[in-house]
Amino acid sequence: MSHSITLTVNGVERHLTLDDPRVTLLDLLRERLDLTGSKKGCDRGQCGACTVLLDGRRTNACLILAISQDGAEVLTIEGLAQGDRLHPVQAAFIAHDGLQCGFCTPGQIMSAIGLIGEAQAGTDPERIREGMSGNLCRCGAYAGITAAVLEAQQQLDATDRRSVA
Amino acid sequence: MSDITLPQAPAHLRQGSSIGQPLTRRDGALKVTGQARFAADNHPEGLLYAVMAVSRIARGRVVALDLAAASAHPGVVEIMTPQNRPALALDPDAKLHPFMFRMDLLQNDRVRYANQPIAVVIAESLEAATEAAALLSPTYELETPRTGLDDGDSFIPPAVGVGSPPAVAHGDVAAGLAAATHRIEATYETATQFHNPMEPHAIVASWDGDTLSIDTPSQGMAMAQGRIAGLFGIPPGNIFIRSPFLGGGFGSKGMISGPQILGILAARLVGRPVKLVLRRDQMYGPVGHRAPSRQTVRLGVDESGALTAIDHHARIASSSFDDFFEGNAGVAHTLYASPAIATAHDAVRLDTGTPLFMRAPGEAPGSIALESAMDEMAQACGMDPLAFRLRNYAEVEPITGKPFSSKALRECYAQGAASFGWAGRPLAPRTLRDADGLLVGWGMGTATFPAIMFQAQARAVLRRDGHGIVESGAHDMGQGAWTAFAQVAADALGLDLAEIEFRAGTSDLPDAGIAGGSAHTATVAAAIHTAGANVIARLADLAMTDERSPLFGAGNAGVIARHGRLHRRDDETRSESYGEILTRAGLAEIDAAGSGAVDPAAQGAFAMHAHGAVFAEVKVDPDLGQIRVTRLVGAFAAGRIINPHLVRSQYHGGMIWGVSFALHEHAIIDPRTGRIMNANLGEYHVPVNADIPAMEAILVEEHDPYVNPLGIKGVGEIAITGTAGAIANAVWHATGVRVRRFPIALEALL
Repeated sequence: MSHSITLTVNGVERHLTLDDPRVTLLDLLRERLDLTGSKKGCDRGQCGACTVLLDGRRTNACLILAISQDGAEVLTIEGLAQGDRLHPVQAAFIAHDGLQCGFCTPGQIMSAIGLIGEAQAGTDPERIREGMSGNLCRCGAYAGITAAVLEAQQQLDATDRRSVA
Repeated sequence: MSDITLPQAPAHLRQGSSIGQPLTRRDGALKVTGQARFAADNHPEGLLYAVMAVSRIARGRVVALDLAAASAHPGVVEIMTPQNRPALALDPDAKLHPFMFRMDLLQNDRVRYANQPIAVVIAESLEAATEAAALLSPTYELETPRTGLDDGDSFIPPAVGVGSPPAVAHGDVAAGLAAATHRIEATYETATQFHNPMEPHAIVASWDGDTLSIDTPSQGMAMAQGRIAGLFGIPPGNIFIRSPFLGGGFGSKGMISGPQILGILAARLVGRPVKLVLRRDQMYGPVGHRAPSRQTVRLGVDESGALTAIDHHARIASSSFDDFFEGNAGVAHTLYASPAIATAHDAVRLDTGTPLFMRAPGEAPGSIALESAMDEMAQACGMDPLAFRLRNYAEVEPITGKPFSSKALRECYAQGAASFGWAGRPLAPRTLRDADGLLVGWGMGTATFPAIMFQAQARAVLRRDGHGIVESGAHDMGQGAWTAFAQVAADALGLDLAEIEFRAGTSDLPDAGIAGGSAHTATVAAAIHTAGANVIARLADLAMTDERSPLFGAGNAGVIARHGRLHRRDDETRSESYGEILTRAGLAEIDAAGSGAVDPAAQGAFAMHAHGAVFAEVKVDPDLGQIRVTRLVGAFAAGRIINPHLVRSQYHGGMIWGVSFALHEHAIIDPRTGRIMNANLGEYHVPVNADIPAMEAILVEEHDPYVNPLGIKGVGEIAITGTAGAIANAVWHATGVRVRRFPIALEALL
């Protein structure tokens, strides 16, 4: 039995036929739409490597059944840069070495954008660390991640925070 | 910059300034945009999905699988079991050398550890394969598992670490202890740990006749090729591995693992490309771990605070069916001067997967025990812990008497202590409190890790258009190989970094050895450095023997390679670009090979180690026992630094592993079943961002003329050592409670 849903993925409306209701949003992106930037580190919402923005909120894509999201908007790591121009959060991650192996990085960046959009953390590094703690980094790039989020947030403050994504 | 003398050739200099620059990652843009393609991101035409069924017991036999139920699930293509698994040319239990680890490749119905693969379901979709694997509903014949360090008879392992003797003695420990003014004896326990790279082991395998193409993360592609070739009875050259990015390895991807081979077997069975990705819970068994340990340290000191004896014994563990013995006590060989040192290991066999190298194998667990014991002794002597370590500073390697090739540990102590503000620390514990009434403690530890090298090859090419290409099948698991080796290549060729193309990450390139032992940068950089010297020598020969060249007759003076031009050393105004030289010679490009390996003469003459000092502050809630690390300062000396920006990240990462070792990581094994009760990232704790305080890593300058041509030591592992002990010692200083079981649990403080 197949099921049709419509998703807007990175600004493009996609009419999708799901041949299996068990497909998670993460597996839909990775295995069926060739959007492999979102990573699977645990498949149970514990590591954050699969974080995407779902209707503007940061979400673990591994915990979401794709079939339940008819009409939703999904923003993934692939949808951030404008051509060669990186999103400020992406650029800040490079500048502050907020990554090592890079596997958790897409999730960290999507989570950072979500966090900045939530506008709850302010400029307190402690609050940033707390707000980024749903995203594990086994390499231990946390110092760079925190610095990158702080810098990108300041940059984005100058523009319109609500349009960061 | 570097200066190398070649046999039968004039001495040429190469000048460049890429080494030492704090550049950002060359692969950064790929990684922040999601374009960096990790193994599981590949999706060849006709791909099928393989999912392992793994054992829910730790010891026994699989009696039955419900193949009918699983096969009936729509989309299932094949179920691989011991009955239909394709034949192998080599028994998976064969062990032809000490580092050929036995694998579980469905060779029989035995279960020897929890999460051992017992079948593989191959299906058209991941969902179908996952569900069908669950439908196999295995039944077992159970045997009582051995799970603890006191289960079963202990024995002396034949070797520990990489071929080191299990027991080493120097001087008379009994006499040293007898003569001591103060003696301590303490026993420390460390937990079972799992590497848990963020990227689970994954493989996408495609066969074409007897040639195999795989995408899989590997810290050692040539070794993996050899292992696969042996198992399948095909030439290593028939196996092409792509491993451009590893999502972390930490040792667990050093050897190709059983599950990766199962992916290759599955592709063989169905005759189509197969993707097999481990679920997180499946990472706790078949892909290595750090075994638990129990270490007893005895120290004696005289009235001046000088050590009279160090005795370090470690009980370690391997699996029931293979040998990997972590050399935890070896750390006592190098750290502190003592007229008498004895280290020894004994071991037990447990019903677990076989342990494996895990970041700072030996040094990490050994260091937390020795650094804790040093702290206990400083307390017993009434000495400041740093003063006590300085009192016992090793001017030569204690166990061998060899001089160090370089050792800037004093500078590490001084710079770390100054930045931390160590001076004025009260000796007595439980005397500091913060404004909120939390107990505050300061602790420190010494960091150490050997500077070793494996073997690597590289090839350097100069092209007429002025570009250089350097190839070496190096592995980037996050340490920054893509960037650091390009920097080395630029200086090796006398080119600017923008002119360099560095190729790595596939098995068809020159063998770069293994990314492990903190040796990859030193080894591959030496190969690149030498390949560069050789290609510049060839280029110089072309110019110096061509009378149309301004370099003609430079002869014994030699040349200087800089910014893509060769200059005469005796008259730098006379120069020519690489392109001009090649064009006139009618060559599109010129190339040369180079290799890197340790210099046995230098290794024989010197002890080679990186060193560091770590200072930690913790705060402990006196009512709840909750422990927070609030400040961490590490100062490390590791020879020449190729890229301080990336090295700082390595130190931060290591220090975070130290926090994790002291306070977080702990696989809990149910003694009744041998199953791991917290085989997931929610309950197997590793630090999250909020656990990590303001950290400082100080790069202490150190020049080492002996360790290798570029003077590089490793930085990937050292920072765990020292840090874990510093935190444990800070917890004691905060609370007055000496916890000797790691990770430190808050209930131990109440």
